[in-house]
Amino acid sequence: MVLIAVFLVFPAFWVLYLGLTDQALTGVKAVLPSFIGFKNFQFALGDSFFYNALKISFLFVLGSAWLGQALLGLILALILYELKGVWRNLVSGAAVLAWIIPEVVVAYLWIAFLDKDFGMLNQILSSLGVSRINWLYQHPVLSIVVFNAWRGTAFSLLLFSSALETIPPSFIESAKVMGANIPQRFFHVIFPQIRAILLTDLILITLWTFNVFTPFLLTGGGPSFKSEILPIYIWRTSFKYFKLGYGSSVSAILLLINFGFALLYLLAQRRRKRYA
Amino acid sequence: MHKSGKVLVMLFLLLLVFWFILPLLWLIITPFSKEPSLGISITAPTLNNFAEVAKARSALMAFKNSLIISIGSVILVVTLASTASYALSRSRFTGKNAIITLLLIFSSVVTGVAAMVPIYALCQRLKLIDSLLGVVLVFSAGFLPTAIFILKDFIDRVPTAYEEAALVDGSRGADLFARIVFPLIGPGVAVVAVLCFVNIWSNFLVPFVLIRTNAKAPISVAIYQFFTEVGIPRIGLISAYSLLYALPVLIIYFYVSKKYGFGFFGGLKG
Repeated sequence: MVLIAVFLVFPAFWVLYLGLTDQALTGVKAVLPSFIGFKNFQFALGDSFFYNALKISFLFVLGSAWLGQALLGLILALILYELKGVWRNLVSGAAVLAWIIPEVVVAYLWIAFLDKDFGMLNQILSSLGVSRINWLYQHPVLSIVVFNAWRGTAFSLLLFSSALETIPPSFIESAKVMGANIPQRFFHVIFPQIRAILLTDLILITLWTFNVFTPFLLTGGGPSFKSEILPIYIWRTSFKYFKLGYGSSVSAILLLINFGFALLYLLAQRRRKRYA
Repeated sequence: MHKSGKVLVMLFLLLLVFWFILPLLWLIITPFSKEPSLGISITAPTLNNFAEVAKARSALMAFKNSLIISIGSVILVVTLASTASYALSRSRFTGKNAIITLLLIFSSVVTGVAAMVPIYALCQRLKLIDSLLGVVLVFSAGFLPTAIFILKDFIDRVPTAYEEAALVDGSRGADLFARIVFPLIGPGVAVVAVLCFVNIWSNFLVPFVLIRTNAKAPISVAIYQFFTEVGIPRIGLISAYSLLYALPVLIIYFYVSKKYGFGFFGGLKG
């Protein structure tokens, strides 16, 4: 056994070490420049573009992850739970398609969909008598929020659907018999059962949405930085303006925020285990 | 539920279905259209647009690059993750749990966006900018933690009795691993390979940052270049190419979800 352990563990660990160094290095590298020169940090904290990006990122997360993916996913899951059948397959099938198609392709689909002259949305609106709107220019933040909600709702929908399946139907039936209306049934019967999963979902999609780069493909952060979320800001400063050092200190800030979310997630998991 | 309430719910659902499906229609219709545009124009179906893809050298090159990157990374991840997770599963030493927790935190905190700048700097030092090998290494490092988690779970469930029997029969080291353990965790390896392939195939950011010359770009970057290049973008070519690009992912997804159920990808994508 010892022989095997030495034989297998050593190469495996060397590998593991490599995998770790690659990532650890990125972590350390992301932090080190900021220790060498605090100027980068100071500059970030004094740069109005940084706050602009941070603000848009929060709007983006609030709109597309919380209101969009989580709330919509929850409402859809609840409706589909009652309906079942064809509707269920149709809605979840479409949502899943939106979720799994490669990002470059969905970005192009939305560029086509939102196009001012030919896009289907404007075709429909103008046939209803609404004047055409150049969505990506006039409402860039709204566009990427709606786009990202469209893109990511499937995850929350699938997660909530499977959570609802685990609630014993007798709970809901007996609540119905006792005359509870829909909001009562939701808040007193369903909600306590799925609270833990709701929390997990919120933390995960917040983390992901905060780190998503796809809006770059739709708007490039423009027009004039109006839809520049933090990841695009990092990309712009580092690779368009070549300020790698500055870019990495902003990355370090992003890493810290991510780390906060991950800690929250671990705490939530631990609490869930304790109550389970 | 009241009747009017039911109608309202149905209307809401219908609206949502349209919202989900309408943007997707373009991908199904335009590649076969004779007059491809950003709008939907339904004509008699044609394969002209696909012929255009076949003629575009850069499109074919990108297909090859994407295959090299995805398959190369999958092979690397599967080999490294299966050996590493075997070691983590079978050996006992202090700090094992710490390593696992550390891996968990790293894999969720160090996202592509947060790491792109340091990874670029690292690759610059290693002379791995504009090299497919660099992209493969970055992807593999990024996927290893997740892969190790999944595989460790599978290996934990394999009884050690198999290995002990093989030991008695004189099997040792790498041989024992390759002949006994690896086949036993086949389903786990398949899960990791599929997840890894789909995610890397679809990724845009990593090659976008690391690849400089067009000849080495994978499909995601090639499509981006097709529609940002100067002049009128060739919409027919782009639409047909996009469909071909999305197809492997769709096929894999529907095959897997039929076999293992819908929730398969849950929690692991992203």
